[in-house]
Amino acid sequence: MRLLLALLLALLPVAAQAQDGLPPAPYAYRQLDDPGLEQQARDLMDTLRCLTCQSQSIADSDAPMAGDMRHQVRTRLAAGETPEEVRGWLIARYGDYISYRPAPGATTWPLFAIPVLLLVVAVLVIARRLRGRGR
Amino acid sequence: MIAELGLAALWLAAALAALQLLGGAVALMRGEAEPLAALVRPAAQVQALLCAIAFAALLYLFAVTDLSVALVADNSHSAKPAIFKLAGTWGNHEGSMLLWITVMALAGGLIAWVEHRLPERTLLATLAAQAFVGLGFYAFLLVSSNPFARAVPAPPEGAGLNPLLQDIGLALHPPVLYCGYVGLSVAFSFAVGALLTREVTPAFARVMRPWVLGAWVALTLGITAGSYWAYYELGWGGWWFWDPVENASLMPWLAATALLHSAGVLAARDALRTWTLMLGVVAFSMSMIGTFLVRSGILTSVHAFAVDPERGTFILALLTLYIGGALALFALRAGTVAEGERFAAVSREGGLVINNVALSAILGIVLLGTLYPLLTEALGFRVSVGPPYFNPMGAIFFLPMMAVLAIGPLLRWRQDRLARVRWQMVAVAAAFAAALLAAWLLAGIALLPLLGMALAAAVAVGSVLPLARRRLTRAPLTLWGMVLAHLGVAVAVFGMAADSAFTTERLVALRTGEQTSVGPWQVTLAGVEPVAGPNWTALSATLQVAYAGGASVPIEPQARSFWAPAQQTSESALLTRWNGQLYAVVGGQAPGDGAERWQLRLWWKPFVTCIWYGGGLIALGGLLALIGHVVGDLRRRRRWREARA
Amino acid sequence: MIRWRLWLWLPLLAIALLFGLFALQLSRPKDEFVRSALIGQPLPTFSLKPALPGQPPLANTDFADGKPRLLNVFASWCVPCAAEAPQLAALQAGGAEIVAVAIRDTPDDVAAFLDAYGNPFSRIGADPYSQLQIALGSSGVPETFVIDGTGVIRHQHIGDIRAEDVPRLLDELREAGE
Repeated sequence: MRLLLALLLALLPVAAQAQDGLPPAPYAYRQLDDPGLEQQARDLMDTLRCLTCQSQSIADSDAPMAGDMRHQVRTRLAAGETPEEVRGWLIARYGDYISYRPAPGATTWPLFAIPVLLLVVAVLVIARRLRGRGR
Repeated sequence: MIAELGLAALWLAAALAALQLLGGAVALMRGEAEPLAALVRPAAQVQALLCAIAFAALLYLFAVTDLSVALVADNSHSAKPAIFKLAGTWGNHEGSMLLWITVMALAGGLIAWVEHRLPERTLLATLAAQAFVGLGFYAFLLVSSNPFARAVPAPPEGAGLNPLLQDIGLALHPPVLYCGYVGLSVAFSFAVGALLTREVTPAFARVMRPWVLGAWVALTLGITAGSYWAYYELGWGGWWFWDPVENASLMPWLAATALLHSAGVLAARDALRTWTLMLGVVAFSMSMIGTFLVRSGILTSVHAFAVDPERGTFILALLTLYIGGALALFALRAGTVAEGERFAAVSREGGLVINNVALSAILGIVLLGTLYPLLTEALGFRVSVGPPYFNPMGAIFFLPMMAVLAIGPLLRWRQDRLARVRWQMVAVAAAFAAALLAAWLLAGIALLPLLGMALAAAVAVGSVLPLARRRLTRAPLTLWGMVLAHLGVAVAVFGMAADSAFTTERLVALRTGEQTSVGPWQVTLAGVEPVAGPNWTALSATLQVAYAGGASVPIEPQARSFWAPAQQTSESALLTRWNGQLYAVVGGQAPGDGAERWQLRLWWKPFVTCIWYGGGLIALGGLLALIGHVVGDLRRRRRWREARA
Repeated sequence: MIRWRLWLWLPLLAIALLFGLFALQLSRPKDEFVRSALIGQPLPTFSLKPALPGQPPLANTDFADGKPRLLNVFASWCVPCAAEAPQLAALQAGGAEIVAVAIRDTPDDVAAFLDAYGNPFSRIGADPYSQLQIALGSSGVPETFVIDGTGVIRHQHIGDIRAEDVPRLLDELREAGE
């Protein structure tokens, strides 16, 4: 089961990397000096999708483009933007696909409605199964 | 010659599966006294032998790197270490399907050989169901994925195995996972057999339970090992990504966990009959759906490995046949299965019902989150669902389940009073409060890790209480199994919460001799030099690391380049202490001014190892329970025979 | 004997819907592309240094002069970018003005690339950290955007341009000019 994941994660970025002449962007592999800001950056990067690897966040990828996006996130946060502004800026460019955190909306409501339904059904089932039995 | 022998054995095995199905069907319709019915058990046993021969033939072909066989030429290489030559047998689509069908045939043979507790008619129906499932896989192998096909002309050298897969953990990962899937297929066959004959009894649950337990232990081990593999091999310190491939292995585990507990209720108390049947069908369905998602490529799609629409279509056809058929049978028959014994809300069964409902809901959420992107894609837009969705949504059901887990095992079957276990409840609540306070005071951590840690403490205390006031040497193995498994849950959840709350990260570029720190560690870059392995070359960094001013120890992360096929991987270096792991990765050379600087990624992860220790404990608990049940069954069987004699 | 209960059929219904979805997705080719969400919107503000020394730089204001253009996102290290060179030449011959942005590239590599495959570009900006690429919502190389005379993005072509794409891109360009 892991085989596919392995190939997915490893092959693509490396294939691209092998041909790419430039060193990574300054903030691709460098943390922000302010630990609070770096923590915010880290939390945000964990929830942004690496577009060239398809199944990983930009915080977990060696792909050059993931590095460039980390650079983009860190420099924007350092310039005073909030994490949600950066997320919004990226969604405006790539659509909801870039964010691993679906926001409740016209296209995603079942993702939130169905768990609520599950919760209601779960409570009902438990209540029905357990009420007044065994006497 | 060996290849042709393997293929012939496979064809014969398929023919015997057809005979087994026919015999079972005749037994079901005309009674088990029919002559054909007498052939069912021998057919299953010989089939197991033939499949073992076919698989041994493929193992041999890989061991000697017989490049005239297409599968070997495509997936092996003469310069590969011997263990990975063997592992190459199942490191590909055809070989892994052959492994699957072999394990399945062995399971069928074992049932046919030893199982005499069920009514014969139900057992024959079960074996027929198993043959029916098996036939689909034989057809898949023989028609579209023949592992023994020859390559004409034979190439001079093989294409090699992906270097990421040349790892001992990963070599053992697929067989373990397949054992899990096959165990669930056996449970599925038992459920179908019971539906066909309407014999849903405690004896049925007792017969099914060892298979579910075995499958569950294998899945637990597989997921735990796979997670650790991703953790150290991928080089970023993550251990679970909620990737579709990972979810595909988690879903059968969730269903199997629920099935295990409901089968326990059915075996002990003759309750939850239809629910157990349903879970038996669902658990195997989840393994099949997972296999489909991974191999058809409709979800992950980017890479060509094992991804083939034709294969996807074949698996989907099998899925429709088996799962659709079983669910239709369920809908027709479940209404005629009596509901079983009743019980009070406060009782062992009551706790297990909550466990089952919560596990099913978590399964629903994982399934929804995994498949929703597929649905939106069909509608023409794309979304991503990842950790920020799965973690809180799963927690809604997981955290209450943990709370019930701390108390439930202390309750009596059928009916109990909470007042009877009040002292245990006080102990559990005290552990919860103390851990909550300590975690909250020590560090301002987020809500989920905080609750996770507190509940882990509560479950840890609650899980060992069933052993209190018992003579430990007299406590049955099955009780020990339950205690260890539940303790394992607490340990694993603690590890997850600790990793999420306390991990520190350091990304730096160092010159030789320079120093940095991560958490309590001092790290000095002592040097970087090239090294060569059997089929790779690497840059190896030597780091001198010291914990909290102690003596320094060398660790050596590597950046490896493989040449067959050409690819780069990073070999992380891990230093394990009792209270966590130091995780180091060396990247490339950093850009800049003259003197060489090297990119290092360092993490200090307190108690992260608890995640996998916990997984191991869970599996060990399952294994003890399995041994306990099997030994108990054997003892009962001997007594029964002596009584008859 | 058989008591029909509706809820018992729910699992079968759910699984039928699910498998229908699977079959639908299996039956059609998978769309691998991540499209930019900026189609129909003005170009983001940017100003890039030239990719080759001595050449003019590239800024978003260069697009607001009333003339529609193609914006080619490429890199010297990208194999499909070399493969689409004849099509870019055909587009240029068809009257298109093509500006380019070189992603993660060095002046020497760009110069060698243009020597080998020809230079159909009127200007080339350098984007060493993929900043413009990300601002455009582009997720790989090569990609080609159609920009109208007011600097609004009208169309995105993902992947290398094949011979059959040339007339379509010229049409898009003409439409953008109207």
